[in-house]
Amino acid sequence: MKTRKIGADAQSSDISRTEVRWRSESSQRIYSVKLVEALQRAIQNSTPALSISAGSRAVRDVADRVLAMTAKGRTRWSRAILASRRRLSILRRHRKVKKSRASRINRRSKPLSAAAEDRTRRLPAVEKRIKVLSQLVPGCKGAPVTDLLEEAGDYIAALEMQIRSMITLTEIISGSNGERTG
Amino acid sequence: MSSRRSRSRQSGNSRITEDQIADLVSKLQQLIPEIRNRRSDKQVSASKVLQETCNYIRSLHREVDDLSQRLSELLASSDTDSDQAAIIRSLLM
Repeated sequence: MKTRKIGADAQSSDISRTEVRWRSESSQRIYSVKLVEALQRAIQNSTPALSISAGSRAVRDVADRVLAMTAKGRTRWSRAILASRRRLSILRRHRKVKKSRASRINRRSKPLSAAAEDRTRRLPAVEKRIKVLSQLVPGCKGAPVTDLLEEAGDYIAALEMQIRSMITLTEIISGSNGERTG
Repeated sequence: MSSRRSRSRQSGNSRITEDQIADLVSKLQQLIPEIRNRRSDKQVSASKVLQETCNYIRSLHREVDDLSQRLSELLASSDTDSDQAAIIRSLLM
């Protein structure tokens, strides 16, 4: 029981540090400023005749990449975002079938005693949800369940900050647009 | 019962116990508004927590997409060269 407690303590302090990182006002402010600068650079580097849908995807990509950089490479999801480019992600979709087969083999190939199998056998419903979750959190397809759950918690907190920041930006920009035309 | 405790090879990658998973699932539970705002005293099943987590992440993704859409429209129609300094000033206020 003692070893489990130590492990849980380390995990809970990791998680509380994570939440502070994503929930503080200063980190949100820093992210917002970096996002504005990155968007500005993207606009200057792109052709002016961008369709609305391409522009929206470009904004999403920039926002995700700046978010991943804020994570400083400490998490799988942030490293996966930084490693991917639009072209590569299309290639990855074709490789998806092979990858999911490999991750299934990884999970079942560990030799388990009968007693351990009883303890760690999970209902197929839970297994299915774990798989779906691993597809929603970037970079977590073959990850062990403990990693996946930690990553999901961090990823959710990061996404919430991203949303708060983008809402603020939207208000500021539309406000300044209104001032100029008014 | 004792076999569960003797699983001390918990360096993180070999044996993952049900306890560790239940621990993390309950922590995840606190992050999902759907579950947090409902009944905090009742034990929610792992399957339910995972399902709500997936739904929540999907809804967050949708929101980011919508905001990206709005931002790209706003940026296309505004003269951001001159406004960037003003925007950053507003952010830091």
